[in-house]
Amino acid sequence: MMSRLLFAAEEIHAGDGGWWADTAGVMLVLPFVAFLLILAFGKKLKYKGGEIAVAALAINLVWATVLLLMNANGGVLDQITFEIGHIGSGLVFELGWVVDGLSILMFFLVNFVGLVVFVYALGYMKDDVRVDWFFAAFSLFAGAMLVLVGAPNLIQLIIGWEGVGLASYLLIGFYWEDLDNVRAGNKAFLTNKVADVGLILGAILVGVSIGSWDFGAIDFAAFEGAPELAAVATAGGLLLFFGAMGKSAQFPFHIWLPDAMAGPTPVSALMHAATMVTAGIYLMARMFPLFEYMAQNVRIVMIVIGTVTLFGVGLLAIVADDIKKVLAYSTVSQLGYMMTAIAAGGYTAGMFHLFTHASFKALLFLGAGSVIHAVHSNDMSDMGGLRKFMPTTFWTWVVGALALSGIGLSGFWSKDEILATMGEQGLTVVLWISIAGAFVTAFYMARATFLTFFGSYKGDGQPHESPRIMTVPLVILAVPAAVAGVLNIPGLSLPRLGNFTEWLAVRLVPMGDHHAEAINFGLAAMGLAAAVLGVVIGWLIYYPDKETQLQRDSFEIPVLFPLLRKKYYIDDLALGIVALIKGPLARLVDWTSTYVIEGLVNGVAGLVKGFGVFVYDTLDQRGVDGVFNGLSAAADGAGSVVRKWQSGRVQQYAASFVAGALILVVLFVFVI
Amino acid sequence: MEWFETWGLTLTVFLPLVGVVFLGLIPKENEIALKTTGLVASIMAFVASLILIARFDFSSNTYNSYQFEVSETWIGAINANYHVGIDGISLPMLVLSTFVMVLAVIYSWNHWDEPKNPKAFLILMMILATGMNGTFVALDLVLFFLFFEIVLLPMYFMIGIWGDKTPRRIPGFAKEFETRLYAAIKFFLFTLFGSAFLLLGFLALYFESGNSQFGRTFDIPQLTELGASGAFSGTFAFLVFGAIFLGFAVKVPMFPFHTWLPDAHTAAPTVGSVLLAAILLKLGSYGFIRISLPILPEEAMSWAPFIAILAVIGIIYGSLACLAQSDMKRLIAFSSVGHMGFIMLGISTMTDIGINAAIIGMVAHGLITGLLFFIAGSMHHRYHTREMARLGGNIKLMPVMGGILAFTAMASLGLPGLAGFWGEFMSLVASFNPLPGLSLGVFRSAMVIGAIGTVLTAGYMLWMLQKVNLGEPGDEWEGKELHDVDRFELAAWVPLIVLIVVIGFFPKIIFNSTTDVVTSLVDMAFNPETTASISSQIGG
Repeated sequence: MMSRLLFAAEEIHAGDGGWWADTAGVMLVLPFVAFLLILAFGKKLKYKGGEIAVAALAINLVWATVLLLMNANGGVLDQITFEIGHIGSGLVFELGWVVDGLSILMFFLVNFVGLVVFVYALGYMKDDVRVDWFFAAFSLFAGAMLVLVGAPNLIQLIIGWEGVGLASYLLIGFYWEDLDNVRAGNKAFLTNKVADVGLILGAILVGVSIGSWDFGAIDFAAFEGAPELAAVATAGGLLLFFGAMGKSAQFPFHIWLPDAMAGPTPVSALMHAATMVTAGIYLMARMFPLFEYMAQNVRIVMIVIGTVTLFGVGLLAIVADDIKKVLAYSTVSQLGYMMTAIAAGGYTAGMFHLFTHASFKALLFLGAGSVIHAVHSNDMSDMGGLRKFMPTTFWTWVVGALALSGIGLSGFWSKDEILATMGEQGLTVVLWISIAGAFVTAFYMARATFLTFFGSYKGDGQPHESPRIMTVPLVILAVPAAVAGVLNIPGLSLPRLGNFTEWLAVRLVPMGDHHAEAINFGLAAMGLAAAVLGVVIGWLIYYPDKETQLQRDSFEIPVLFPLLRKKYYIDDLALGIVALIKGPLARLVDWTSTYVIEGLVNGVAGLVKGFGVFVYDTLDQRGVDGVFNGLSAAADGAGSVVRKWQSGRVQQYAASFVAGALILVVLFVFVI
Repeated sequence: MEWFETWGLTLTVFLPLVGVVFLGLIPKENEIALKTTGLVASIMAFVASLILIARFDFSSNTYNSYQFEVSETWIGAINANYHVGIDGISLPMLVLSTFVMVLAVIYSWNHWDEPKNPKAFLILMMILATGMNGTFVALDLVLFFLFFEIVLLPMYFMIGIWGDKTPRRIPGFAKEFETRLYAAIKFFLFTLFGSAFLLLGFLALYFESGNSQFGRTFDIPQLTELGASGAFSGTFAFLVFGAIFLGFAVKVPMFPFHTWLPDAHTAAPTVGSVLLAAILLKLGSYGFIRISLPILPEEAMSWAPFIAILAVIGIIYGSLACLAQSDMKRLIAFSSVGHMGFIMLGISTMTDIGINAAIIGMVAHGLITGLLFFIAGSMHHRYHTREMARLGGNIKLMPVMGGILAFTAMASLGLPGLAGFWGEFMSLVASFNPLPGLSLGVFRSAMVIGAIGTVLTAGYMLWMLQKVNLGEPGDEWEGKELHDVDRFELAAWVPLIVLIVVIGFFPKIIFNSTTDVVTSLVDMAFNPETTASISSQIGG
């Protein structure tokens, strides 16, 4: 491993990150320390342990920022591992951390977005129930994600992966008094668990074939075309992608994400921006060499699924009434863009969109949270005209919405890069669908914005702007949401920082990445035009103020909208399958166990017992006993003993069975 | 400490029996003295097993060379000896057994199921301890069988006397029976049925070995050598394997011999369920590793696909059955069928990965399911019902208890980072590449089906949590004094929780003991070259 590191470091002139990289594992551990501390002492503290959670991520952010800057200044490549167990035939399990362009980016993202959201949550959760448990689980969430992105091998990735799943389950079902929330948590966990079958099997295929789960080893095997990896590359790649579909909510596994809104809003913000849903995209980026150099045919499947997701699931946002669900579907759609981009070879494009998306989606969710905090409802029919009451929330929301729609701000640049990648790869159909998707995105964001912030207020009471502890995070997030695009404008390299493409290229092997060298003005203009068109149409339909929000929202396309409201019946299908397994199938199995197998056993026992009765009544009493009837005094005594023994049916059954068994033993012993 | 080399194992096995003598002398009324005696006896056995770890030589950890070995003539006429010894495979099992016993005694300090009588119960527990510890160290088939069977009696009485008295309709019978009676008898007869075949197999091996240089022998190391040299083969060995398989499969239990298990578990008193799940089930799977595989390797290979198929049926079948349960304890009981399925799947691959998976799986299942039964017992103690439909909101009424239940459920569903993960995951890894010569089709299908089984496991565990732990508590519990976990419960459970986490992140503490010896076991039994060289050495 070390020699490979040195080789790669020389190839790309990366440093080893020195002390900061050697101690980067601190970031993976601190949130868990915070978790335990909050559980132990949280109740006694002013912010119920929130201060511990914030402190942990603040310290983490120092490491992440230093590493990010070091990586921008020449690259950092390092890996530290500890063996936690090995098996004779060469199976080694290790934990540790990998420090390279990709993981550093994720370290920064998780800790930065996490810190902002944590601070926001200090205000948002202030008067809520179980605040200490909230921050404990929140720390667990961030910690598991850091374990995932810092993983030097597939095993640790799986540990982090399932840890993220667990934390999300705990947080989605945070208000567990209401069983609907519990069901939402179950749905998330189980949907992911189904997909995890793919991850586990894919990891087994890849790991066993090359004898290592180390990402470096896998990258090298893929890069050098190792035949043992090539033999399983397609199956392994497909299975890993299957796993990624769960966490990253790709069609048809997207069904858990809108339900996941049951948790407190800061959870949604973190889940949609930095932790959880980015995990699948990250896995694909981490395994990119496998798909780039070997499993090319899997990419077709990835592109199809990604495209269906970005357009089909995006459409669902149009009919959502819950402001958070609009955002949830938009996340699924953007994840589709990322997946398609990576599948098309755009390693940088996909990750860059992940990066910009993290800032503006966290911003939008926190903005939605601020709105919900003010009007005490998720439903847009209780909103309207909030622009006047909550100016900071409004303006930051507009920044986020424009960025998401791909108009001018950070999202424009990252989405443009994805379109350029598709264009370059000659994926014309996918390109057009993506542009149509950009139109849809802008349209539903316009709808949400106009319904929420324009017109007159339709809810109860007098909404107020949120406290500073919540608005400052909004403003902080608005900055990257607006300008992060500058980090990767094709052909531009910032002084002393370089650009995003160079940062991400710091990996053990060359990524063979396809990225645009110059701005494709034609595609950029088309994407922009589609988005602006979406906003304009949205403005025409949803801007005018009416008596009620429902009247404002009465625009309808026959057939399509009802179908969208039914979510293409996929949720119903999934529920039906689950009900089938839980109900009839499980009952059938239980029935066979109780009546067929057990009935068989009891039947045999009954037969043996019957035989025993026959022996006793017919042979013993009338035959053998009859012969000895003359000597009956003793026999009578014995008989009464036996009759006593008989008094309970169960004993009888037992006795005869034991006798039968003993006879069997004796028979077999003598036969041999 | 030289004396410990020869006396260590004997002490570990028989110290609890010494405790029985003292328990017998103490009058029934003196509860404190009784409990202290039980605790001291179990702790002494545990400490003895810890000294075994400390003095165990992990560097010369090869198969069929045992440490702390003692061999004394016992029944000369049939060449049965008091032959005990341990290697890296039995060491973790032995320590698990002594460890869980200590916790069981601590827990029962203030948890006595009706009709109480701590004296009798503790005596049974100590006899049980001797039987379980003995099975893990026995190196003579007669001795093994003796210990294996001793275990039956105390468990039979525990279920039959301290068990659940609710009347129950039994399919095929007209009138109702007390659950405990039906369960106890069923448990006894089922196991005895298996044991009959087990004994048959042992006797067959004894007589067949008469042609070898060792003469007729029950000695496991000698039989292992004979087995590795290919002394047992053909239809004879096939049938012998079948007989022994039946004996162990009932104990594990494998589908379709599992139906005694849910009844026994549901009816048993809490400590009985814990010991049953944590240790007794492992006697069967341990027997496969210690006796079936090394002594009859050729036949093991021909039976392997069959075992693998039964194992995956068990995984899916057990998990589906769990989904249909309304009784919390019965659900946990059925979950064992699935988990033991993973263990048997690992063994059936006949590879070092699979067997290591089985051993760590056994340890993990012992800790996790043992803890689950502790919790189920404590909840029953408070709510006086196990009906999940009536429970609910437990975590609100008893936050610590609910939290521990949630943690244990997560461990049970194989969450990575906790102990249960490694056994499941490595069983699947092993099924991808089973021993060369075994059907790839069967084992890779088993891998996929087994992986799907993990989804079902997650399903029933989450639904159990939903029904028992979450939501609003039912009205009937309003105003009831439900005290959260007490200190005896914590004292018994926290060590389990800690170990579950430690093994989850550092499985090396188990693998360190098992990996070398398992590798050499596989090499000895299944590598043709090794087999040939053993064969020429002993002139077989």
